[in-house]
Amino acid sequence: MAIVGAGVVGAACAYFATAAGLDVTVLDRRAVAAGTTGAGEGNLLLSDKEAGPELDLALRSSRLWSEIGEDLGGATFELERKGGVVVASTPDGLAALVEFAAEQRTLGVESQPVDATGLRRLEPWISPELPGGVLYPGDMQVQPALAAARLLERARRRGARLELGVEVTGLRTHGGTVTGVETDGGTVAADVVVNAAGTWGGELSARFGAPVPILPRRGFILVTAPLPEGAIRHKVYSADYVANVASDNEGLESSCVVEGTRAGTVLIGASRERVGFDRTVSVPIVRRLAGHAVTLFPALASVDLLRVYGGFRPYCPDHLPAIGFDGRIGGLLHACGHEGAGIGLAPATGELVTQLITGAPTSVDAAAFSPDRLLGVAA
Amino acid sequence: MISSADGAQQAAAVTAAVTAQARPGLAVVGAGPAGLAAAVTAAESGMAVTVVDAGLRIGGQYWRHGAAGVAADADLHHDRAVFADLSARLDRAVAAGSVRLLLQHQVWALTREGDGGTTVLAVDRTDPARPTEIRVAANHLVLAVGAYDRQLPFPGWDLPGVMTVGAAQALLKGSGVVVGPRVLVAGTGPFLLPVAAGLAARGATVVGVHEAAHPAGWLRRLPALGAAPTKVAEAAGYAAVFARHRIPLRHRSVVVRAHGTDRVTAVTLARLSSRGRVRPGTRRTVPVDVLAVGYGFTAQSELPLQAACAVRVTPDGTVAVTVDDEQRTNNPRVLAAGEITGVGGAQLAVAEGLLAGAAAARSAGLRSHADVARARARRDRLRRFATAMHQVYPVPPAWLSQLDGDTVVCRCEEVTVADIDDAIRLGARDGRTVKLLSRSGMGWCQGRECGYATSCLTAHRLGTEPDLAAGADRPVATPVPLGLVARGGLHPAPADALPRIPNPNPIPDPNSLEEHR
Ligand SMILES: Cc1cc2nc3c(=O)[nH]c(=O)nc-3n(C[C@H](O)[C@H](O)[C@H](O)COP(=O)(O)OP(=O)(O)OC[C@H]3O[C@@H](n4cnc5c(N)ncnc54)[C@H](O)[C@@H]3O)c2cc1C
Repeated sequence: MAIVGAGVVGAACAYFATAAGLDVTVLDRRAVAAGTTGAGEGNLLLSDKEAGPELDLALRSSRLWSEIGEDLGGATFELERKGGVVVASTPDGLAALVEFAAEQRTLGVESQPVDATGLRRLEPWISPELPGGVLYPGDMQVQPALAAARLLERARRRGARLELGVEVTGLRTHGGTVTGVETDGGTVAADVVVNAAGTWGGELSARFGAPVPILPRRGFILVTAPLPEGAIRHKVYSADYVANVASDNEGLESSCVVEGTRAGTVLIGASRERVGFDRTVSVPIVRRLAGHAVTLFPALASVDLLRVYGGFRPYCPDHLPAIGFDGRIGGLLHACGHEGAGIGLAPATGELVTQLITGAPTSVDAAAFSPDRLLGVAA
Repeated sequence: MISSADGAQQAAAVTAAVTAQARPGLAVVGAGPAGLAAAVTAAESGMAVTVVDAGLRIGGQYWRHGAAGVAADADLHHDRAVFADLSARLDRAVAAGSVRLLLQHQVWALTREGDGGTTVLAVDRTDPARPTEIRVAANHLVLAVGAYDRQLPFPGWDLPGVMTVGAAQALLKGSGVVVGPRVLVAGTGPFLLPVAAGLAARGATVVGVHEAAHPAGWLRRLPALGAAPTKVAEAAGYAAVFARHRIPLRHRSVVVRAHGTDRVTAVTLARLSSRGRVRPGTRRTVPVDVLAVGYGFTAQSELPLQAACAVRVTPDGTVAVTVDDEQRTNNPRVLAAGEITGVGGAQLAVAEGLLAGAAAARSAGLRSHADVARARARRDRLRRFATAMHQVYPVPPAWLSQLDGDTVVCRCEEVTVADIDDAIRLGARDGRTVKLLSRSGMGWCQGRECGYATSCLTAHRLGTEPDLAAGADRPVATPVPLGLVARGGLHPAPADALPRIPNPNPIPDPNSLEEHR
């Protein structure tokens, strides 16, 4: 089989496919993690997801990330089960948050409400003005580029080939079924082809003659100078983040997740905008993210901003990823469109793709992710 | 002398600038040779000019000086008359109100406005404990932010006592500190000479100057050399100084290793072949107290890239802004002058600055009295010299074969050659993905110091061409407190009223980075 894309999703597909004994070639026109995987934060959040297929995928992924951590050594990709803290800015907001968490708990998402004092015990530098929040011990974090690289490293050890700097330009078919991919370096034979091209999955699927609508949603992340260990202990974000993630608003939305990294730097992100592929960093957005961060942690005001980076989240019009066989061409699967959660959702995606190919029973209900649901939907 | 206008004419122009009703605005970033020339030329044409510079004094790197002024260290400075002229004219313009001079202001970002103008966002660090933000809105912008020493890793380069030639020079000119006593100067390019001469003149024992290139390179480029007779005279002057102090000048010779435990105590030298490779069996080790190394310069390209200026890579491996005959970038309201258009020295920078200032004035509908034709001829001559210089003094590839696995490449994050090789093995293919997988360039300097080496090493390992421009793109031009960034947005909060997160390893003052510029 050929997997197009060496982002975290392609890497997870290769990891599970080789574990199932499949013969795998991963192709990328640039490098490992050169796409959105190298531009994102590595949050594996359960806390921001409401009941539905995405939560199912996230819960499955959460378990798989822990298993992968045992297999590969979690430290090699900075896997940390550090927990998330969602805070409310008003007492009403807190009540709504606690109710949301109670609902999630019935679906298996662990959580624990905390009051203002409890909040400061969890996060000593948090703003004393916040009335409280909810602790989600199951929220995790990885370094996305390393996660993709380590998954691929294991897949290669199990026989996968990694071809970098190779652009896939088209599909080879015979009698409506895949026989390989065309690249700028020649044809690669394959009986199964997986489109794991992320934000460029729409472009690639169009080259294949089986378009799926994938759109870019821009995001920026701020990085500060390193802080001492334990300055910020969890992933901390305000409750409006949840509303933002689910929103259909065209314009700028920003809410911010503040989190420490192993290197000591603090990540503040991220904004969400639909502006096509415009890379220009916008100062108003940077100001807004910085504003959110110093509201949550007033002490961050004196900490230096070092860097801003960002990228384009791949999303489908209905905000669910496209995972599964394409009904139009035999042997073609899509695994793209994970929007702002592709790092977190990658393992369950790789496992599902592998189960669909081998005909094994699936760990999650595959129907909700079927790319066929998007047929006729304009990008 | 650059100016053609006499004093009276200048004074009249300055007065006119102040009395004019609607004054078109120009922001000049950088108060070195290029920025100063641009600022006074534009101000004397009637523009309202704001000059922004991170340093404590005007003059930039070239005319860096202590509190006592340039004259106090007359022997270390060249073109003192030009500096005296530019600073006197600047003083007049400041007194007349046509130039606003913002020193100790670090530009952290540029934003492009809808009307084609630019807003310069700077951190006012005049009170280091209380940085604040200043925004300068301008119709035209001259970028004259200069360059800093390029560093190349070699075993032992991170030992105390190993420094850039620029740092040695800055210590000498800025604070009168003479490094030594035994100094070895090495690297490539004409800049090694004044540094060695300055150190020797102030009492250091310069045990040798080791130039990687061979001056025979000039033989094939004599017209360019002829275009800059003052440079030849300058070199002859250094030769005399070297003779007087018995400083040996060796060509095709490089430092391949620095030795020492707490600090450098010796260096190993090797001879190079004509193609820049180390010749076997030519190593020898000499004792030193200080090693000053310089492999040319890297232009400060973050602001030009923020302003979406088109750039190119010059033969010396510098990311340089592309400008037209009038120093305009691809955005006609943004001009560039000095080292950021291609490293070429202070005289070239002054000529380019004058042209940029005059072009900005003309674009604003004003007439400049400056002798543009003469400056243009001078610039063209010096530019030819600079281009030839880049060809005569390339970065020799030798360093790539002298690295050990444990040689540190990125000092901020302590990333070694072996870590970079690991990143490549994991699937990195360029400077950016190496950074993602190794953290090289993610620290305090954001790759300003190690970016060149990381890109070149990665390309060397993979047999590709380094993508130097990709690594130069930095949306935050200098570290800036989050509270200051936020203040323009949602939550104003005075920095001093806030709790401080204790910092176990204090972050270096950004002004110390400035030292290397
Ligand atoms: C600012 C920001 C913050 C984010 N934060 C988080 C977070 O906290 N948690 C989380 O889970 N997710 C987060 N995300 C989202 C996450 O980064 C993405 O969902 C995820 O990286 C998508 O991975 P992917 O493998 O599908 O795509 P990519 O990583 O983009 O990989 C696709 C690959 O395909 C290659 N490719 C494309 N076309 C071709 C072709 N024709 N031939 C060959 N190769 C091709 C590309 O070079 C690329 O390497 C964030 C995203 C952004 C932008």
